[in-house]
Amino acid sequence: MNEHAHMNCDELLGSLSAYIDGDLSPELCQELEKHLAGCDNCRVVLNTTKRTIDLVQTPLEKPDLPDDVRERLFKRLNLDRYLTQKPG
Amino acid sequence: MDKTMPDDISLEALIAGDRAEFARLVDMYSGSIYRLGLRMLGSPQDAEDVLQNTFINVLTHIQNFEGRSSLATWLYRIAANEALMLIRKKKPEVNLEDVEGGDEDEDLKPTQFVDWSGLPEDELLSGEGKSILDAAIQTLPESLRIVFLLRDVEGLSIRETAEALHLTETNVKTRLLRARMALREGLSTYYGERFIREE
Repeated sequence: MNEHAHMNCDELLGSLSAYIDGDLSPELCQELEKHLAGCDNCRVVLNTTKRTIDLVQTPLEKPDLPDDVRERLFKRLNLDRYLTQKPG
Repeated sequence: MDKTMPDDISLEALIAGDRAEFARLVDMYSGSIYRLGLRMLGSPQDAEDVLQNTFINVLTHIQNFEGRSSLATWLYRIAANEALMLIRKKKPEVNLEDVEGGDEDEDLKPTQFVDWSGLPEDELLSGEGKSILDAAIQTLPESLRIVFLLRDVEGLSIRETAEALHLTETNVKTRLLRARMALREGLSTYYGERFIREE
């Protein structure tokens, strides 16, 4: 089985998400890493894609619910008496 | 059965009408659902509608929750439905279904190869950097954006995202790759231009 022995940039791109998520088979991982070792552009694409995903997972990108929105929600759901319990 | 429960929420208590338990569930997920609505609709008022309608639906239908998916996935499914329904109503021209086919794979191809991944986080997420990231997310087509938000922002698995959106896992993976590539390209264009300016 060596049909992936010469993975090209397009094939790498198709497997990039799965590689980042750890969902790629060990064999494909190896082929992908072999390609990465010799391809600067694909390494940049991998690094910047991973960084993009890291950034959107930071707390700054996940702000808390505004207090007034929470208050209106609780009132709408007739949960007024639980408003004083702070989430967390 | 614990697997179906987020943290220590009791499904039995929810079904029995325990208000305190419902309030805990609301607090646990309202931030995520509001963010999802805000990023799908782009307006705080619409996001609030999505949020309120989601929990009203949860309250109405919790008796029918069969536990085939986790409670969290079920919540996100309701929230995603609410958001998509509102988009259909407000922006009927938006295509929420089809992202495959044609020569669109050309769109996937990276054209920017600046390695900005080593920039410190406070720089990437301060002021202009954060605006660029948020704007890039907002420019994703809705059909890709919702997949990206559930999977990469809220942290659902591929399978959970597929269940929440009634998509196949293959379709989720395709949309996720396209979304990630489009975002990366957008950020790389910005940082590429910035590096040139600074040289």
